[in-house]
Amino acid sequence: MASTATTSSTWGILAEFDSAAEIFHACEKVRDAGFAQWDAHTPFPVHGLDDAMGLKASKLPWVVLVVGLSGTFTGTALQYWVHNYAYKLVISGKPYFAWPAYVPVIFEMSILFSAFATIFSIMGFCRLPRWNHPIFGSKRFEKASDDKFFISIESADPKFEATRTAEFLKGIGAKHVELVEEEA
Amino acid sequence: MSHPTATTLDAQSASLPASSLWSKSPIIGAVIGLLGLIGMFVTGSFHGEGLFAYLVAYLFFFSLAMGALFFVVIQHATRAGWSVVVRRLAEILSMGFPALLVLFAPIAFGAHDLYHWTHLDEVAKDPILQAKSGYLNMGFWLGRALFYLVASSAYAWYFYSKSVKQDTNGDLAYSHATRGASYPALPVLALSVTFAAFDWSMSLDPHWFSTMFGVCFFAGGMIALLATLAIMGHSLKSAGPLAVVTTEHFHDIGKLLFGFTVFWSYVNFSQFMLIWYANIPEETMWFAHRWIEFGWDKFSIFLAVGHFALPFFFLMTRHTKRNKVTLLIASFWMLAMHYLDLFWQVMPTEQHHGPHFTAAHGLSMLMIGGFFFALVGVFLKKSSLVPVKDPRLSESLRFTNY
Repeated sequence: MASTATTSSTWGILAEFDSAAEIFHACEKVRDAGFAQWDAHTPFPVHGLDDAMGLKASKLPWVVLVVGLSGTFTGTALQYWVHNYAYKLVISGKPYFAWPAYVPVIFEMSILFSAFATIFSIMGFCRLPRWNHPIFGSKRFEKASDDKFFISIESADPKFEATRTAEFLKGIGAKHVELVEEEA
Repeated sequence: MSHPTATTLDAQSASLPASSLWSKSPIIGAVIGLLGLIGMFVTGSFHGEGLFAYLVAYLFFFSLAMGALFFVVIQHATRAGWSVVVRRLAEILSMGFPALLVLFAPIAFGAHDLYHWTHLDEVAKDPILQAKSGYLNMGFWLGRALFYLVASSAYAWYFYSKSVKQDTNGDLAYSHATRGASYPALPVLALSVTFAAFDWSMSLDPHWFSTMFGVCFFAGGMIALLATLAIMGHSLKSAGPLAVVTTEHFHDIGKLLFGFTVFWSYVNFSQFMLIWYANIPEETMWFAHRWIEFGWDKFSIFLAVGHFALPFFFLMTRHTKRNKVTLLIASFWMLAMHYLDLFWQVMPTEQHHGPHFTAAHGLSMLMIGGFFFALVGVFLKKSSLVPVKDPRLSESLRFTNY
């Protein structure tokens, strides 16, 4: 798989680096070269890599806020409907609309909806669940959870061109560059 | 990594420059405090309703100093790295305690005007107060007050002086000593702040009791401290000595401010809901006074919105916590809300026809605040404003949020 001949089934290109500092500066150069469909893989979080990659702020908080507030609304509406319409019961002499008693449930519903929004949005943004990823076809990539650092650029990127991208990655300090094939 | 930062700091660059207005705070504070003191005398505010205003102002600065001391102790107990560059500021704020020891005198001498349970003829007619007289009596109450203030002053001095001594030689023994002392300090201070809230604020209404009361007071104190850290931190960053405090540190202070705002709401609502739910007359009375009965309902709603709803949504996003102007707006707002929270706890005891502000409220804030910051100012000038030889300083200098 070390050849750089492009085939229609090329998923992308994988470049290996030896240290956090090397991949940090390489990411800055990939960012400045204008690639869009690419990622960095490190065995541990590298401080400041988000900026070096030029990642924009995640949309996740906004999704969580909206869904969380809908949980607030659901908790309020559910209890209001139950106590004022469906099962009108006087409980310990309180009025039907006894809002202080609603608050714990409203609070918990907001938390529950927010937690669901977080976990399912992350799965959606990461396109999970899936059985496999083409990048796992690379034997060297196993080191990504040990002591090596990788940059992958997908062939879907408009700027991708196998030979030139491979040379570009070598030029910014990659120790090893290989093409990654799409799954059969 | 993209911005290589220094890992050490010299004491000179972290010291207060003589040109800064803060270096004149001992004089300015003393003058303002003296004006407040004279004003209190002229308006005859050291007895009757004026004393209640004085108590609100006293609780404000007591809670601020308590928050500062808790902040210092928690940083030592958790061996925190991020906070080293702002820890000295909290140590210095906690050194305002000796001033509070002296400023307690008007409350001690005016206890008869403030606290119903000091009227022994009334207590004799009241079986509830008779049952509580083993705890609520003048001698024990004064002894406890003395203990809270002396213990807090002693702890403040201990953590401050060890930290300052480390500035000279960077001896790790100081860090080990402060960490070791921080664990027993936590329960002593937690009990002090809880019972101080019981003694000075809750016992204004001696029939009423709530075990949550001390926690609510503590939450307010932490809010006061974090808001003050943000304000003084930004001011001293502009002045020079705290140039090493970055957006990352302010972001964390903002996160804690947001967190304690939520915590304050959580404990206050828990206190309210349990009392509302159980519906026992001697418990609900306290809230009835702060609702329509004494005309405090609008004030209560304003507090719930201003102390919880507004800052909750305002401080939710990271942008407001990382921006200087928005963090300062939130900090000044929360300080005002903390004052109104204490106002709401204390004043309905005296004001049965809705809340109103008097000259004594302003004068007592000037008096106590002036003397408090006069003493704090002395310590601002005394040492560098960053623990320059702390073993975790380089961690704090390099600190970044993800």
